[in-house]
Amino acid sequence: MTDAPNATFLLAGAALFALGLRGIFAGVTPLRQIIAVNVMGNGVFLVFITLAARVAGGRPDPVPQAMVLTGIVVAVCATGLALTLAVRHRQEQNERSGTSPP
Amino acid sequence: MSARWIMVLLPMLPLVAAIGAFAFPRAARSIGSATSLALVPLAGILASMVWRGGELAQFVGGWAAPLGIQLRADGVAVLLLLMVSVVGMLISIYARGYFGPSRASAAGSEARHFWPLWLFLLASLNVLFLSRDAFNLYVALELNGLSAVALVALAGGRAALGSALRYLFVSLTGSLLYLLGVALLYGGYGTVDLVLLAERTTSEPHSWVALALMTGGLMMKSALFPAHFWLPPAHSSAPAPVSAALSALVVKAGFYVLLRLWFEVFGGVVSFEAAQLMGFLGAAAVLWGSLQALIQERLKLLVAYSTVAQLGYLFLLFPLAIGSSQQGMLWTGGLMFLLSHAAAKAAMFLAAGSIQRAAGHDRIRDLDGITHALPVSAFTIGLAGISLVGLPPSAGFIGKWLLLGSSLEQDQWWWVVVILGGSLLAAAYMIRLLSHAFTRTRDTKALHPISWGMEWSAFALALLSFGLGFAASAPARLLENVVLGGSGP
Amino acid sequence: MIRRTIGWLPSALAFGVLSWALLDLPANPPGLADAALRSLERSGVANPVTAVLLNYRGYDTLLEVAVLLLAIVAVWSLQPISTSSVAEPAAPILSSLLRSLLPLLLLTSGYLLWIGAFAPGGAFQGGALLGGAIVLMLLGGLFRRRLWQRLALLQASLWVGLAVFIGVGMGVMFGGGRFLEYPNGHAGNLILLIETAALLSISVTLGALFFGGRPSLDGEPPPEANP
Repeated sequence: MTDAPNATFLLAGAALFALGLRGIFAGVTPLRQIIAVNVMGNGVFLVFITLAARVAGGRPDPVPQAMVLTGIVVAVCATGLALTLAVRHRQEQNERSGTSPP
Repeated sequence: MSARWIMVLLPMLPLVAAIGAFAFPRAARSIGSATSLALVPLAGILASMVWRGGELAQFVGGWAAPLGIQLRADGVAVLLLLMVSVVGMLISIYARGYFGPSRASAAGSEARHFWPLWLFLLASLNVLFLSRDAFNLYVALELNGLSAVALVALAGGRAALGSALRYLFVSLTGSLLYLLGVALLYGGYGTVDLVLLAERTTSEPHSWVALALMTGGLMMKSALFPAHFWLPPAHSSAPAPVSAALSALVVKAGFYVLLRLWFEVFGGVVSFEAAQLMGFLGAAAVLWGSLQALIQERLKLLVAYSTVAQLGYLFLLFPLAIGSSQQGMLWTGGLMFLLSHAAAKAAMFLAAGSIQRAAGHDRIRDLDGITHALPVSAFTIGLAGISLVGLPPSAGFIGKWLLLGSSLEQDQWWWVVVILGGSLLAAAYMIRLLSHAFTRTRDTKALHPISWGMEWSAFALALLSFGLGFAASAPARLLENVVLGGSGP
Repeated sequence: MIRRTIGWLPSALAFGVLSWALLDLPANPPGLADAALRSLERSGVANPVTAVLLNYRGYDTLLEVAVLLLAIVAVWSLQPISTSSVAEPAAPILSSLLRSLLPLLLLTSGYLLWIGAFAPGGAFQGGALLGGAIVLMLLGGLFRRRLWQRLALLQASLWVGLAVFIGVGMGVMFGGGRFLEYPNGHAGNLILLIETAALLSISVTLGALFFGGRPSLDGEPPPEANP
């Protein structure tokens, strides 16, 4: 079993993940879904980082840290694409209806 | 040319070409076509090396696992690489015509963006099929997903953008579910290398949840019922070559990773019941997809739902392989089915694209007389349909036959019902489609010209799915030493 | 009220299952920390995270740089940039602040790149900082016109990172090595080379992603004003 400080972070990561997942499925607006994806991703990254901190005595494990770095960059790229896509979609919707959508 | 070089060139060549196509848009079409052509001999040579010498491995950077990442080519990987390169090449030939200079105005912009994105997609698939590292697979899956989304959105317009956005969210959610599973695996066993994990995983809560997470995520990416909802809209609004690539190649990537996970990494963890559950979801996909295909008004949607149904068959591999002793026959059947579906589905989408381009619409009811205008495309659909339904001597038939044999051998007769029922439904929607196409109307409506390359590349794919049945012994030989599961290679 | 509570059930369930699995993880598993630290001398850098990123698992990082390029290619394929973000008059306070801030940001990102071999830092950290600086710069109205005039250079800086990475990775294969297997003694320099090119690409890509659209490429009409 993991010790207390690590357990807190792991649970926090799980909570962020669950919240983000809910946000995506709730699907209120694309922006909220994009934020939810980021929250979910951060939950996963938090879990990875906590795994890095578990090493008994000595320096933390660099491998999960590197994975998180990679993951963050990928998340930023995906967010950039998602935002542009959402904006473009909204533009098309406005053009079609002539008014802003509900 | 050594195996070492080929295993590097297969992913790197398309990446370099993508840079080239982005930097020099006027040459994008040539760069893209040439690269996809070059991938075919590379994959072929690698396949022959594996045929003769067995599995090939390379540790990137000279660091052995678990610290480094390893690339491995076994029979399954090599067959899928061949599939990517051959189907990819034929789709590229089609795309030359589809996005070609004969099309006016805005398509010039579509063309210049298609080729770099398409090359990224090909690169991601080659990375994926060669990698045996769970985190590396995550990055490959993201590369794959983002390029697929961008390709779907290429057509512009509200429908395409909306379905691309939905696909993006599904893809990202799936990736994150998968990634959390990777975290659990690393946390539990200290490595993300699939081969090492296969030795280390034991049946514990964190490995069950990891399996569930990764399976859920990959199901979303490979559009297995009930996570299939993003597929039909994405298909129907994407350009034809993109739809072909999605159905034939992209969804197979997620399925492949699932195979590796279930039978290698989690071999000791998966239960008979869990496998049966996957099988039932597959059966639901077959039923639901086929019924939906039967009632579709539009050709592209019909083909899209057909994909949902056909993917269901692939998931029957899970319950059948778990307890099987006759693994060789089963894997041959499954892979034959996968390969033939890739070729047949790509053929159908490309031919549908030609028809839509020519007629200006893809409403099935109004396709009268298309046989006279585009005989090659109509025949392509028919030929591909034979493979999809599973009639002899197509490869689709061989695949279904071997799956049936395995179901009977293991007394899991209920899958027989599913396979036969699905084939009947497939026959039904194919007949419905073809009855509208093969009518006697001779009135020539105003049709747009279709390039020679477009029609014949689709036909070549259909011929491939049909003719692969004759060459079934070759893949079988490649797979006979593959035992997915147990102690692993 | 009831419906809202029911709505939270799946999330609560997910949280519960995940917590159960996470807390079940062994306290001291066989992690890779020892292996990473043991091989550190051979890796060419003294910072273990950089060693993992650019050496042990360099392939992942290469693919990640590819994802960066893919993202900007994808965003550019979607829409042209809106003129409003290009033609905004420069805010005076921002631009005067930036004139003193930008050199500092540039210097710091270069420092981060260099220090990455020995301490926390590296191409991505420096690139993120520089990318932020680029965004600020464009928002503040500095160098805008000159930038759009040098589109070819802009485009080249987007892909140079990936090109150098692949070039080095395959270049070391001539001579019998494996992909990305740096020859003995040269690892540190090659890593620095890759990181420098990557820093450029990362920062320009992040800056370009912020604008969410492509500049007028040759043959295209100039972007219309936003309604």
